[in-house]
Amino acid sequence: MQFRLEKRLTHSPVMAMAVPAVATVLALLFCAVFLALTGRQPFELYAVMLTGALGSSYGLSETVVKAIPLMLCGLGISIAFRMQLWNIGAEGQFYLGAFGATWVPLTFPTLPAVVMLPAMVICGMAAGGLWALVPAFLRIKWQVNEIITTLMLNYVGILWVYYFVYGPWRDPKGFNFPLTAPFPAAAMLPTLGSSRIHIGLLFAFVIVILFVVIFRNSRWGYEIKVIGASERAARYAGMNIKRNMYIVMIMSGAICGLAGMAEVSGIAGRLQPSLSPGYGYTAIIVAWLAKLNPVAIVFVALLFGVLQVGGYLVQTYGVPASIAAMIQGAILFFVVGGEILTQYRIVITGLKGAEPADE
Amino acid sequence: MITPHIAMRGIIKKFPGVLANDNIDLEIIPGEIQALLGENGSGKSTLMCILSGLYKPDGGTILVNGDERKFRSPRESIACGIGMVHQHFKLVETFTVAENIALSERDGSFLLSTEKMIADIAALGSKYGLEIKPEARVWQLSLGEKQRVEIVRMLYHGSRVLILDEPTAVLTPQEATELFVTLRKMARDGCAVVFITHKLNEVYELADRVTVLRGGKVTGVLNHGQLETKKMVAMMIDREIATSYERDTVPQGQVVLEMDKVTAFNDMGMFGLRDFSLEVREGEIFGIAGVAGNGQRELAEVITGLRRAAAGTVSVHGEDVTNKPPGDMIDRGVSYVPEDRLGMGLVPDLNVVENLLLKSYQQPEFAGRWLLNGKAIHERAAKLVEQYKVKITSLYQPVKLLSGGHLQRLLLAREIAEQPRLMIVVYPARGLDVGATEAVHRLLLDLKADKTAILLISEDLEEIIKLADRVGVLFNGQLVGNFPVDEADIETVGLLMAGSCQALGGESDAVQT
Repeated sequence: MQFRLEKRLTHSPVMAMAVPAVATVLALLFCAVFLALTGRQPFELYAVMLTGALGSSYGLSETVVKAIPLMLCGLGISIAFRMQLWNIGAEGQFYLGAFGATWVPLTFPTLPAVVMLPAMVICGMAAGGLWALVPAFLRIKWQVNEIITTLMLNYVGILWVYYFVYGPWRDPKGFNFPLTAPFPAAAMLPTLGSSRIHIGLLFAFVIVILFVVIFRNSRWGYEIKVIGASERAARYAGMNIKRNMYIVMIMSGAICGLAGMAEVSGIAGRLQPSLSPGYGYTAIIVAWLAKLNPVAIVFVALLFGVLQVGGYLVQTYGVPASIAAMIQGAILFFVVGGEILTQYRIVITGLKGAEPADE
Repeated sequence: MITPHIAMRGIIKKFPGVLANDNIDLEIIPGEIQALLGENGSGKSTLMCILSGLYKPDGGTILVNGDERKFRSPRESIACGIGMVHQHFKLVETFTVAENIALSERDGSFLLSTEKMIADIAALGSKYGLEIKPEARVWQLSLGEKQRVEIVRMLYHGSRVLILDEPTAVLTPQEATELFVTLRKMARDGCAVVFITHKLNEVYELADRVTVLRGGKVTGVLNHGQLETKKMVAMMIDREIATSYERDTVPQGQVVLEMDKVTAFNDMGMFGLRDFSLEVREGEIFGIAGVAGNGQRELAEVITGLRRAAAGTVSVHGEDVTNKPPGDMIDRGVSYVPEDRLGMGLVPDLNVVENLLLKSYQQPEFAGRWLLNGKAIHERAAKLVEQYKVKITSLYQPVKLLSGGHLQRLLLAREIAEQPRLMIVVYPARGLDVGATEAVHRLLLDLKADKTAILLISEDLEEIIKLADRVGVLFNGQLVGNFPVDEADIETVGLLMAGSCQALGGESDAVQT
């Protein structure tokens, strides 16, 4: 008996739905083996993670708080990915967004909230967008691979922020800690009730709605779709590919920058090192698992929020928090592996009388 | 190693829908340079790919020194001393020449003896006049140098039978001359050389013997002394032209497309078009005959704005449109049915509706400033599919699932729906069956009746004679003939296509430069 892969003519919609679900279950089982090998009760731990992240209002709020930057960065990444521009630089754009937003309250601490917050949004998005403009320019002008440049600019962007918080922007009253002065109340994003969930969540929802409209029903969304599917056909149809590359990269960077703005203004209240535990990288997985679908990005980001919060909680059981990263990695691994089933079908050959069914 | 004597007997090779090799016999004799002459699609490359172990024949035998051999892979063929240099070089760009040559060595020791190898390469190079620097990285080399690397690689691995697939296509004239000197040296040394070509002058210059193929069959074998241009062309090109379509004589109007001394480069930075001038009028089909690779793609792309003209002017309706962007040309009513239907003309992964929208998504009928008008788009797509009888299961299926004939219908439907004033069509019937071909031809004739100017670029002489009002021949980027269809006799056109200028009684060999 032999197995053979046969290319499907059309992608199987059933498989497209089933693969991520089954992959998640398999990933959990796979990680359970590791946990069991270290002498722990995997399913008990999973239960702790789940109830911890979803079973209390505090857990729920923390899950959403973690999911917001993942949503925003995931959305930002997704638009570049749709055009086959591989923006791996969400992390750097996130930090630059936080940097740009921080500049406003540090320079004009007395602005009222109605001016302060919009200014922070604009500056944060502009900083993120400009950061993404660099790789876009290099790619368009000299065909420099944007994967490399966006990735490398992450380190530059993070160190740029470090320079400021360790140097010129360090709070003189901060006991020498590498932090900026705390923001005035006017520079803090409003939150939902008494929870830590800030209106960054609304930013994400607005972008989701915008994206749904753009990709379903707009001229520009159509252009992006064609350029992403075949650059040659797009050129043939008279589309301006360079201009669209610039727009898409800047938008992508600006949305990731908005994530950084929301994080400093909604959660941290000041610029500090390690503002992000790698949101920009995790968001790549989020965007990919969601197949770049804006609505799905919201749900995948929430799932990853659960894992992250659950990961923190199980530390009290002597399990390192990186369990969350392990599960995330395993999910990606299984989904990518399972992807093959949406494009191929498995044909069993070599059985007696069993000829592969041909269409 | 002694050069083997090779005989191919009754070789048959089928591809879906085509019989590429139909019972071909071929003899390869040591010390002889043989040309395989034929138009594109006549089966030359297929035959040589079979000999080099790349394809498996569906019938026939290969005898090496009288023993039957079945090559399961190129390696087995190389082991018999047969080496092929493909049109597209198979080299690793970032490796050095020596590393590339070492790549295909299988039986060598684990450690590469670089010095010995470099010495061997240098020795082979000086013996046959193939100067290459073994330490150079391949990406630094010119196309001619890359070809030399390929040849040295074959020789290094003991090939005594050398097959070259259109070797001069990528060479400058000087490089071609040098290559010929090298090949002659090899033949004198006892090697056998087979080169694939469709250029008659190369046959005259180099071949001891020529085998002519047409439609997958051998149509003649001539020795050097017997070479005669008319004879070879007759063997290459089918004289029998089926009955012509009934054509309305549409009164021809004013000039739509005018090209004046246009020069353009191809993707490899060599001349694609040079000093190319042409006029196409309303209601006229201008047929451009020629063997593929003589500037067809560059011609179509320069007119549609997809490629820059380095010199000269292109005008549409009297207005200079040289180097205007593609979108501008679309707005001026220039439609284009490219050679590459799936990938340029149509987007494989997008559905029928989206593909039909490709050129009209900015028109007020189908879109506002920002949003698309989904209903109008859907309705027009449904109408076009019905009108042009495109067979699909759903308007929302990806077009890559359509058959070749229906893809072409879909593409034509879209381009014609734009009501073009100038239509560029490249190889419109390539790969289509008889019925689909006729349907496509009908559409073009209807379009002509609507007073559209049509530039028909084709390799198929029959198609051109059947459809065109004027016939031009494209050779080496130049228009080497231009006459009304009634005066275009197949023989003359065939001679021009093969690069023989004497057919016009003009200056000889101007095309070689």
